[in-house]
Amino acid sequence: MSHTPLVQLEAAAKAQLEQILAKGPLKPKDRTAIPQQEMPSQDALDRRGNMHQVALGYTPEQARVEAMRCLQCKNAPCIAGCPVNIDIPRFIARIAEGDYRGGIDVIKETSVLPAVCGRVCPQETQCQAVCTVGKVLKDVDLSVSIGRLERFVADWEREQGASELPEILASTGKKVAVIGSGPASITVAADVRRAGHEVTVFEAFHKPGGVLLYGIPEFRLPKQIVQQEIDTLRAMGVEIRTNFVVGRTRKIHDLMQKDGYDAVFIGTGAGLPRFMNMEGENLVGVFSANEYLTRSNLMRAYDLDRADTPIYSSRKVAVLGGGNVAMDAARTALRLGAEEVHLVYRRSRTEMPARVEEVQHAEEEGVMFHFLTNPVQILGDEDARVASMECLRYELGEPDASGRRRPIPIEGSNFKMDVDTVIVAIGNNSNPLIGQTTPGLELNKRGNIVVDESGKTSLEGVYAGGDIVLGAATVILAMGEGRKAAAAMNEYLSR
Amino acid sequence: MAYVLPRSYPLREITALIRHSGFFFFVLMNKIVRKRQLSDAVFRMEIEAPLIAEERKPGQFIILQVEHDFGERIPLTIADADLQAGTISLIFQTVGATTKKLAALNEGDFIADLVGPLGLPTHLEKVGTVVCVGGGIGVAPLHPIVQGLKEAGNKVIVIMGARNKDLVILEDEMRALADEIILCSDDGSVGRKALVTEPLKELCESAEKPDLVVAVGPPIMMKFCALTTKPYEVHTIVSLNTIMVDGTGMCGGCRVTVGGETKFVCVDGPEFDGHLVDFDNMMKRLASYKDIEHKASHTCKTEELLKRGGKS
Ligand SMILES: Cc1cc2nc3c(=O)[nH]c(=O)nc-3n(C[C@H](O)[C@H](O)[C@H](O)COP(=O)(O)OP(=O)(O)OC[C@H]3O[C@@H](n4cnc5c(N)ncnc54)[C@H](O)[C@@H]3O)c2cc1C
Ligand SMILES: Cc1cc2nc3c(=O)[nH]c(=O)nc-3n(C[C@H](O)[C@H](O)[C@H](O)COP(=O)(O)OP(=O)(O)OC[C@H]3O[C@@H](n4cnc5c(N)ncnc54)[C@H](O)[C@@H]3O)c2cc1C
Ligand code: SF4
Ligand code: SF4
Ligand code: FES
Repeated sequence: MSHTPLVQLEAAAKAQLEQILAKGPLKPKDRTAIPQQEMPSQDALDRRGNMHQVALGYTPEQARVEAMRCLQCKNAPCIAGCPVNIDIPRFIARIAEGDYRGGIDVIKETSVLPAVCGRVCPQETQCQAVCTVGKVLKDVDLSVSIGRLERFVADWEREQGASELPEILASTGKKVAVIGSGPASITVAADVRRAGHEVTVFEAFHKPGGVLLYGIPEFRLPKQIVQQEIDTLRAMGVEIRTNFVVGRTRKIHDLMQKDGYDAVFIGTGAGLPRFMNMEGENLVGVFSANEYLTRSNLMRAYDLDRADTPIYSSRKVAVLGGGNVAMDAARTALRLGAEEVHLVYRRSRTEMPARVEEVQHAEEEGVMFHFLTNPVQILGDEDARVASMECLRYELGEPDASGRRRPIPIEGSNFKMDVDTVIVAIGNNSNPLIGQTTPGLELNKRGNIVVDESGKTSLEGVYAGGDIVLGAATVILAMGEGRKAAAAMNEYLSR
Repeated sequence: MAYVLPRSYPLREITALIRHSGFFFFVLMNKIVRKRQLSDAVFRMEIEAPLIAEERKPGQFIILQVEHDFGERIPLTIADADLQAGTISLIFQTVGATTKKLAALNEGDFIADLVGPLGLPTHLEKVGTVVCVGGGIGVAPLHPIVQGLKEAGNKVIVIMGARNKDLVILEDEMRALADEIILCSDDGSVGRKALVTEPLKELCESAEKPDLVVAVGPPIMMKFCALTTKPYEVHTIVSLNTIMVDGTGMCGGCRVTVGGETKFVCVDGPEFDGHLVDFDNMMKRLASYKDIEHKASHTCKTEELLKRGGKS
């Protein structure tokens, strides 16, 4: 894809907007004929050398033109496609009118993290998957860019500086402990605090934000946005205690019995990296994506001059996996100076769970994709450092339980890949610490916490949500679960 | 940028402060109440951390950071705790950038971030006679273990090794606890001129063959201790000091091979069966960032010291 600079996109949108406004009321046909607005972005060659945001965000004119593509469908299938059921046509209508304040207010009725979700939601499989415009144009990629519009109004509000604090009811004197500070916990903290309860967030790391901070890189989600969400919580009177590992610093039972917390929310995420259990996986130069990304994002190892935390310097990197985590690791490795980054994925391109935009960006930046390929073993040199990786090629067979065609190894297709670093990004299991230290808390066989439809666990007053319940999922699902649990908690505390 | 505020700072005012400037961060800080230098490169600090003092058990550690934004997270064993005072003791050797920055702090200063207690506690029970081997700085993590083993009713013989007389630490504390102390040094300037494995072997061969051996020290020492006890089939526990990031099982950076399986030192350990640990792989992994760290910490003298101390 050729790169169109921001100024050019802006000028084109200005002209389009004038034309549309001059033309008067739009018919559905006119709307679907409006070209989809391209997301302005940093040039691929430039961005390989920096950590700044890749997608720059729509200009106001682009946002209005894009908003005018929406048909305002009566049945609005997009709403059902959004896990938290944002009233999409209504917020988009406001943007089309140029009423950005109105637009963001609609979104905030249901979502607390629009600047985040607008950037990281897998829109093409959620709200945009079912959009009528995409259907009419027979291409889901041509659906109304709902996520980009959401991001636009959220950014607009932040840039105005005056994001209003939500109203907080009079103090109830009840205390709530929220464990973890990812999207599920941020949502619960805000919703429970609004009901007038005292809230303390306990976070194991030295900085709050969960995966939004230590996992998703700056070039996709600026840390300043996460920081602002946390600052808002603080301004609402939520106490945030970092460096506090629940289960070790204090157990859940003690929080409730000794420290007087009336209810607890567990939002500890899916933080246990899976490895492949192959030969050579403990060689020097093999990392979990969690470690690699945490070093770079949270510990800021990319800032070589200032950070004390080192990061492995690599020439040729192999990243194993096909999800967002794999894309983030691959693109981070490029930015840290790797000459070649190979992404090795067992299935084919269409089965990759990563967001389409991230795959595109990775490709533009020069990540090399090896589909239907899987490693067999990693080989080391005399210092036990990674020297190469042996792989096997696959072909697609019959669909498996997940409905995806099962990859079958091709006998004798082994080949060697010359790499010095291997980053394993094949997923996370749930961290067992809370389960191990909380007697009576029911877990399923995969180690996830079992909850009822309201988010309640097997323990009285203890709720859970997000990745610790769902297994590794998405930001918006974690947020949705948080919403639900918070409502149940508020109801429980009012009894 | 982190904002240094003492623990007693009224929370309401902190919140107000944050409302004024979106950038400031409130972090609970850990005050250094006492600092002593035990030897050329070894320091002891008592730090205010009441919750950790209350919860910690022998064998557990903390992770700290001297600087909030760009600092490195490093693990240190909780050498002792004072419940009444609400403090924990850390004993550390200056080997690189972070331990040097830590050593530069003084009484009254705050440590930016400190989290714990982490890791599984030592499994303490009465087994009979236990030989505890501490090498170099490893004597510090060994101290609470000896304490616990004594409390459980064991006879404890401590073998302490150091490169020379000036590098011996915690001798008085150990003498007060242990039933017997065997001191060794590389150069014979104190105690026996021997490696710790020598008396260990003798004990294994003696009438009073130990029921358990606990070895804590440089990886190379633990490796040879395990090799020494193996022929005598004496169960041997070692405490591993791998590189760590989070310390909660999230990153896998601390992984080691134990009995052919991958284990995470921070949550499955730090103590493991020494006869099953792949020490060679562990030592190679410890050297992952050697080239980079040499740049970060310009004086390599203490590092050399540690390495040579490893042979004690
Ligand atoms: C690299 C990466 C990229 C991703 N990209 C996307 C994307 O593009 N789009 C998308 O929708 N989703 C993405 N995801 C998934 C998404 O980030 C998660 O689904 C979401 O963050 C889960 O939220 P959560 O609140 O459940 O927990 P998390 O965000 O995982 O937060 C959990 C927090 O709890 C803390 N914690 C854990 N145990 C304890 C304890 N015992 N005591 C105190 N604190 C504790 C952790 O330190 C952490 O801060 C990505 C994930 C990763 C790792
Ligand atoms: C569970 C555990 C308990 C520990 N307890 C103590 C203790 O009580 N007292 C003490 O002095 N030390 C202890 N250590 C070792 C201590 O963490 C390291 O000395 C420290 O991280 C070095 O940091 P640095 O920045 O000063 O040096 P760096 O410049 O980072 O490294 C200097 C040297 O130390 C090694 N090293 C680097 N990072 C680590 C690490 N995280 N762990 C171990 N070695 C590392 C490197 O191989 C290098 O050769 C413990 C380690 C672990 C895992
Ligand atoms: S939150 Fe996600 S799914 Fe919902 S409308 Fe926004 S981008 Fe679409
Ligand atoms: S489905 Fe598409 S066109 Fe219809 S209301 Fe939703 S966003 Fe607009
Ligand atoms: S230090 Fe990260 S998993 Fe052990």
